[in-house]
Amino acid sequence: MMIDWDAYQNSGFFDELIDAGGQPRQSGQALVRFLSELTVEEMDAARVAAELAVKEMGITFTVYGDGSSIDRAWPIDIIPRIISNEEWQKVEAGLVQRVQALNLFIDDIYHEQNIIKDGVFPQELIKKSVNFRPQCVGISPPKGVWAHICGTDLVRDKDGTFYVLEDNLRVPSGVSYMIENRSVMKRVFPELFEQISVLPVNDYPSQLFDMLTAMSPRPLNTPEVVVLTPGMYNSAYFEHCYLAQEMGCELVEGRDLVVNDDDCVYMKTVAGLRRVDVIYRRIDDLFLDPEAFNPDSQLGVAGLLRAWKKGKVSLVNAPGAGVADDKVVYTYVPEMIQYYLGEPAILPNVESYRCYESDDFNYVVENIDKLVVKPANESGGYGLLIGPKSTREQQQQCIERIKADPRNFIAQPTLSLSTVPTLDEEQVEGRHVDLRPFILSSGEQTYVTTGGLTRVALVKGSLVVNSSQGGGSKDTWIVEEEGV
Amino acid sequence: MLSRVAETLYWMARYVERAENIARLINVNNLLLMDLPKGVSAGWEPLIDIIGNREPFLELYDDFSENNVLEYLVIDKNNPSSILRSLLAARDNTRTVREVVPRQVWESINRSYYFVKENAQGALSKRGRFFFMKHVVEFAHLTFGALEATLNHDLGYTFIRFGSLLERADMTSRIIDVRTARLVHNQTSRPFENIQWMSVLRSLSAYQMYRQQMGVRVSPKEVLEFMLQDIVFPRSVLFCLNTLRHLSEDMPNNRDIIDRVEHSIQELRAQDAAKLKADVLHLYIDELQVDLAEIHQQLSEQYFLH
Repeated sequence: MMIDWDAYQNSGFFDELIDAGGQPRQSGQALVRFLSELTVEEMDAARVAAELAVKEMGITFTVYGDGSSIDRAWPIDIIPRIISNEEWQKVEAGLVQRVQALNLFIDDIYHEQNIIKDGVFPQELIKKSVNFRPQCVGISPPKGVWAHICGTDLVRDKDGTFYVLEDNLRVPSGVSYMIENRSVMKRVFPELFEQISVLPVNDYPSQLFDMLTAMSPRPLNTPEVVVLTPGMYNSAYFEHCYLAQEMGCELVEGRDLVVNDDDCVYMKTVAGLRRVDVIYRRIDDLFLDPEAFNPDSQLGVAGLLRAWKKGKVSLVNAPGAGVADDKVVYTYVPEMIQYYLGEPAILPNVESYRCYESDDFNYVVENIDKLVVKPANESGGYGLLIGPKSTREQQQQCIERIKADPRNFIAQPTLSLSTVPTLDEEQVEGRHVDLRPFILSSGEQTYVTTGGLTRVALVKGSLVVNSSQGGGSKDTWIVEEEGV
Repeated sequence: MLSRVAETLYWMARYVERAENIARLINVNNLLLMDLPKGVSAGWEPLIDIIGNREPFLELYDDFSENNVLEYLVIDKNNPSSILRSLLAARDNTRTVREVVPRQVWESINRSYYFVKENAQGALSKRGRFFFMKHVVEFAHLTFGALEATLNHDLGYTFIRFGSLLERADMTSRIIDVRTARLVHNQTSRPFENIQWMSVLRSLSAYQMYRQQMGVRVSPKEVLEFMLQDIVFPRSVLFCLNTLRHLSEDMPNNRDIIDRVEHSIQELRAQDAAKLKADVLHLYIDELQVDLAEIHQQLSEQYFLH
């Protein structure tokens, strides 16, 4: 028995593989040909092989249970998501432009604040920003880069256009799964890679390492680069280990480091103290340094901020970069691009309403049942109100929350996220996806991953793609168009 | 090598070694009980004394029945030395240094933890017990084998070996102490004396090697000599200490740790096995245990995180 591709419905959404007429899109023809020749049993065997590969390779993520954390196997759907290279080039250019503007914005905010003086960005927003760090004012990190690593979430709407949903500039995660998804797919469908030229993704760790070494405050051939993790109970611990291993550098915890009277950072080795040049930190700002931020933090290193301010060590991403990681600030990114680079934005934002502006506020209150309301600084899909899926009571509560703190909310129309065929039991059905590419900035150059991490909502009709809430993932293939 | 990583590797190895030793201990006791008539056998109680947990055990259980002792040694979460807890600790330690340990080693520790967790009931039944313990021992060999064959033999490996050998010396000294003190001596047990001494050897997988090496019948003095002072038997205390001495040479700033191990070696060499009987033996083993604890202390003060 074969899977019946003719019965595949894209039910009014933009499907990335099959067009509205039920035909495969050009860049996906070879994939659909290959998949249509598989029996249900072969498809199932491939799924089992993928699960086994994940288990054997130990690709896990951590979910907090009741007081104990548990490893869960990383969920991969075996039907890849395909994007043509031609289209990807445009997206890549848009991401480079966006991250350049964001870095200029952050640097400006901590120095002259020209964008505020010129009336393009409201002073008010910075005053009330939870991620603005007064400690960072006047600091100039190497090469003016604050957000060295950015994970930008993209979605496609009904019209097939890519929109930017949000920029993650604090400690974005997921890139290790992007790379591991590819290794799993190579084990599962090796023959497919012979038929289709898929651009490789495993260049990332060395690109990351090169960027990190370029940030070293000491002009050494081999600066000491470390990855700073909160430890094994963190949900992204797998990724911290993975990247340290791939780059061949030490994975350290706060207690392994010490800042001495010379304001330099050292790690405690069995042979004594050894100086550290660059810290790729996977700990949030507020836990980095009990001396400067949260005094109760057990995860950080006392004096780390002092060492960074004195230019004795580089922190990646820089503290304070999160000021641009705010849903309200996000609504100004197209203006920033225009202001700093003098160009129109290549990648559009999702249309957004700023609840602190009275016209927008009134619109949001009147149309809350059609909108998605987002708090400015939550991540992982927490604190959202999805209008069409909420009760009147929930909507009322949400309006009260907005009234109490209008600066902290934006609202957006409910998007019809695009779908990709996904294996469900013995059927293939469309499931909603998003895409998180990663952008590395070293000041001289900007590198964008080839594609990124595709997350998929495994539950029918669901829009929730977060792995912590039952989402899965797909390998993302950037392919050259086939001649027809 | 980070101090924390060195410490973690050291404990990872100790816990794997511990799980292996406990499994072996249970198997040997099992076989011994089948050979000895009731009244001669000391039952399962000695095993609790070997791991030095008499008091905590009695807080949880009323008697030393087979089932109670096995439950405590294999799966009890309250016993930090139970096989399950040891493997969990080994796994947790390995998880925090996954970036330095070969993938194969992580997988073998991971798999064996799940094996114990999922098959613990098998260990409690008489029939499944042998294979369960055998599996735990084999997995430990697999782990150490994978380490030996795939990990760079650098400082990290030195700490792994150190942890494993120190744990082994400690377990050997405990087995000698408890097993010899509990040998049953009376008219009825006479024919079984030999079996009991053989069992002491078997607790350390030492019987065959003893035969090859000593070439004599099993007698108390020779058994003690073999287990304490032999220089080729890999589970004898002296062999372990000599290896620790070699390993110390690869460590940075190692003057103190070398002196510490050296001191224990001299003490052990000076013992006359013929005189190690009853209380004298027990007192010496106490000293030896203090020595081993001091070696650990020295190592952690010098190299680990504070």
